[in-house]
Amino acid sequence: MRNALPVLTVLLAIVAIWYAAVAPMNIRVALDQAQRTGAVLEPVTALERQEVSVWMLMARNAEHLSTTYAMDRPRLPTPVQVGTELWNTTGDMVLNGRGMSKRSLVYHGWITLQSTLWGFALGTTLGILGAVAIVYSRVVDMSLMPWAIISQTVPIVALAPMIIVVASQLGIQDRIVPKAIISAYLCYFPVLVGMVKGLRSPAHAQLDLLKTYNASGFQAFLKLRLPSSVPYLFTSLKVGIAAALVGTIVGELPTGAISGLGARILIGDQFGTPLAIWAALLAAAILAGLLVTLLDVTQKITLRRMGMSG
Amino acid sequence: MTTAPVISSKGLDLTFQTGDGPVHALRDISLDIEKGDFVSFIGPSGCGKTTFLRVMADLEQPTAGDITVNGTSPEAARKARAYGYVFQAAGLYPWRTIGGNIRLPLEIMGYDRADQDARVSRVLELVELGGFEKKYPWQLSGGMQQRASIARALAFDADILLMDEPFGALDEIVRDHLNEQLLKLWARTNKTICFVTHSIPEAVYLSTKIVVMSPRPGRITDVIDSPLPKERPLEIRDSPEFIEIAHRVRDGLRAGHAYDV
Repeated sequence: MRNALPVLTVLLAIVAIWYAAVAPMNIRVALDQAQRTGAVLEPVTALERQEVSVWMLMARNAEHLSTTYAMDRPRLPTPVQVGTELWNTTGDMVLNGRGMSKRSLVYHGWITLQSTLWGFALGTTLGILGAVAIVYSRVVDMSLMPWAIISQTVPIVALAPMIIVVASQLGIQDRIVPKAIISAYLCYFPVLVGMVKGLRSPAHAQLDLLKTYNASGFQAFLKLRLPSSVPYLFTSLKVGIAAALVGTIVGELPTGAISGLGARILIGDQFGTPLAIWAALLAAAILAGLLVTLLDVTQKITLRRMGMSG
Repeated sequence: MTTAPVISSKGLDLTFQTGDGPVHALRDISLDIEKGDFVSFIGPSGCGKTTFLRVMADLEQPTAGDITVNGTSPEAARKARAYGYVFQAAGLYPWRTIGGNIRLPLEIMGYDRADQDARVSRVLELVELGGFEKKYPWQLSGGMQQRASIARALAFDADILLMDEPFGALDEIVRDHLNEQLLKLWARTNKTICFVTHSIPEAVYLSTKIVVMSPRPGRITDVIDSPLPKERPLEIRDSPEFIEIAHRVRDGLRAGHAYDV
């Protein structure tokens, strides 16, 4: 509870800044709409208003400020509007038994979660196998590691459509496959780097000790290197799962997908419904938070049981 | 002695190639260690005492000279699991219990489960840690952890025990106690022990043979055969014999060090 105060303070500050930003972000659109309903504004025409700063517009048309906080299609919605939209598309629909309706973010979140978990599983497996190969072979270290680093410098938005095109060329109909591949592409790297560090973490004396037992390389791996790498692995997994979620959402953006949180964001953009975009964004953030928290709790329990906490 | 020495080294040299040029870690080391000896290696840091121990254990390769362990090469001796090695840090695995840590070499060497259990409880008794088998390393004091690491080195019944400053990181009271225990253990098991230290009282108290070394290049300056009896209460450290040997060790250290103090 000692931490509650600073956490709340930061949260309040974010909400306050958000609220303060809503009026200047929305004032131009709000005034244009008010003019159409016959309101007299200062300056009068939309063209003239282009020349005036938002601060001046807010000062001269103070009676229209309240409308900026209650617009249907705001440039920047208020936190309450986003929260309400999120509730309407999740909890409310679940309560009405329409949780898996195509308009529900629970449904779209589930679609995204599936790809994320497949991508996470694939990326983690590749990352761990790559790390083992790198730690045990100098040749692989020299040849694979540069490519791993280069792979992360390629913008994923550029790569995603190519992966989707290649996947459909290969006759893969299921949309989940290319999405999971993109997701794995982002997720394997932190796992690879973390596991390399983890597998190399045992002290020299520890490896010397195993040598005095005449232990084989495989025994050293199973009994020393692998357990030693567990704290590093969990740290990487937390970064990796967040990256996997981002990868899936990016994979849903340019593909004409109609389901998934990424698709909701894209559709919200195309249909000019900013509330839908914001609700999908918030849903993605909550999903990422849940996944990372789940791994964090698993990490704490595992490390405590391994006597490695703290 | 009519039997062959357990460890025999003749004209052993070891030079490390470093960025700053060659470092002569060992120069012309010739020494015989007989079965049942308790040999201490004492000297300032950089005198090669740890390096010599690591050569015996096949953890370093000499650049010249000959060394045999149990009549074979150090590598063959290591592969035959002829020695147990105790490092300065206990190095217990935090994810294994004390029993699990002692079991580690036994698992690697392929002892069957029942044999493992019997050995674990026997060596735990030897180091007076009976009843701590299920505890985790963090639940034990530093001295107890080091005793567990000695038990780990004893578990597979190697005849030789190589100990690299095992009590270096412990306070003097704990150290005295562990020294006493180590002597008892040595008397009971009749192992050959090579013990690296930089404490003069520790070396004199424990050893039947004290090897004084000096640095740059690492070499032997004196080998003292202790006249002290095998039975050694802690009070022996106040006896004139003890003080005389300690003097000789100190003189040896000073002689080896004179040119760079």
